[in-house]
Amino acid sequence: MSESLFDRIGGETAVDAAVDLFYRKVLADDRINSWFEGTDMERQHAKQKAFLTMALGGPNNYTGRDMREGHAHLVAKGLNDSHFDAVMENLGATLTELGVPADLIGEAAAIAESTRNDVLGK
Amino acid sequence: MAKITYSEQTFEINKDESVLECLARHGVELSSSCRAGVCQTCMVKATAGTNPPAEAQAGLKPQLQKQGYFLACICKPGQDLSFVNPDDSALPQIAATVVSKTRFNDNIIRLRLKPESEFDFQPGQFLNIHREDGLARSYSIASLPQEGYLELHVELVENGKMSNWLHNQVAMGGKLNIDGPHGDCFYIDDKPEQNLLLVGTGTGLAPLWGIIRDALSKGHKGEIHLFHGSHSTDKIYLVDELKQLAKLHSNFFYTPCISGEDTHGFSAGRANEVALSEIPKLDGYRVYLCGHPEMVSSAKKKTFLAGASMNDIHADAFTLSNS
Repeated sequence: MSESLFDRIGGETAVDAAVDLFYRKVLADDRINSWFEGTDMERQHAKQKAFLTMALGGPNNYTGRDMREGHAHLVAKGLNDSHFDAVMENLGATLTELGVPADLIGEAAAIAESTRNDVLGK
Repeated sequence: MAKITYSEQTFEINKDESVLECLARHGVELSSSCRAGVCQTCMVKATAGTNPPAEAQAGLKPQLQKQGYFLACICKPGQDLSFVNPDDSALPQIAATVVSKTRFNDNIIRLRLKPESEFDFQPGQFLNIHREDGLARSYSIASLPQEGYLELHVELVENGKMSNWLHNQVAMGGKLNIDGPHGDCFYIDDKPEQNLLLVGTGTGLAPLWGIIRDALSKGHKGEIHLFHGSHSTDKIYLVDELKQLAKLHSNFFYTPCISGEDTHGFSAGRANEVALSEIPKLDGYRVYLCGHPEMVSSAKKKTFLAGASMNDIHADAFTLSNS
């Protein structure tokens, strides 16, 4: 593969376009928005951007341990597969809305999916 | 070799090493997460006089860039850099003299201060007033730098120690200690065509009065919509001045709102709700929200869902103090 997923998708410009759209979907989704109640929206927005950057194959240095530690307090409160599925669905819907080709969406979904066990502390 | 200074400690930074890595190598822990310049967890603030490299400010709000904020994980400084954790960045206190004290109404006074040393600020930022016994409170700046004074709007809070002192004890010629400026709620003239929505409650009007006049004085071309709310008609203030401003500038629109029962010719309802019913689509808008924390928090979410980009939403909520 000559060009990374991140470059083929449009790099940081694409992430910038996606992050507001994605975060709006998350906030409007009653299956998961209660997890974001009371959090600082600006900080959360930056974290959503970091998540999308990672899912789109962009620069990040997250480790499995970061994912585990970062979500452990939420797992303790009941974060489970159904919530992860909802986030995956919003990710797919965001990229579809932006006109990203299906095969690239599949690649992004696979990257996000690869964090499932660490995020859910399995 | 460049040196970095943080928390009164100075370290030599290696070529190609990030500020975050350099601190970690010396056992200094700074919170971080993505370590790729995106999540903003490791954001710190350069102290006056030193400048971070522009690439270490990529993706930050222009208001933060202007104040020297940068991301430690992607900062590889070519020259010496001194910075602080923005959460505990105490600024030195300077003395200021009360040069004017007038009354808007029974509850709100207009205080004008003359700082005794240089005080660079952007209208809409806030400062802290310190009393000798250690009591400190934050107030937003309503004046423009070219006016030569710092204007604050102080509402009398029931049992409020600072507001009672400022209302009843401090007189013309009185000395106060202040520090600042703080905050990223101010106008920036990078997009003169952009439409602005400003929503304030009570003395949340102070920063907005500064921001609006700053934007107009810098020739802002886009529409500027102000919705100012109070509970009752005897508490709303600057009405005549704002109406006058709207007459002078065809792109400035002013809507005073009353949330209580007797609306007396004003728009009925909470300012944030009136604003969103009149301007339901906020795509491309820059938004300023100032005042009661519940209003600010709710309006932040609603204006974002209405289409404003998160980087274009600026908020400054009152701090309600229990002490």
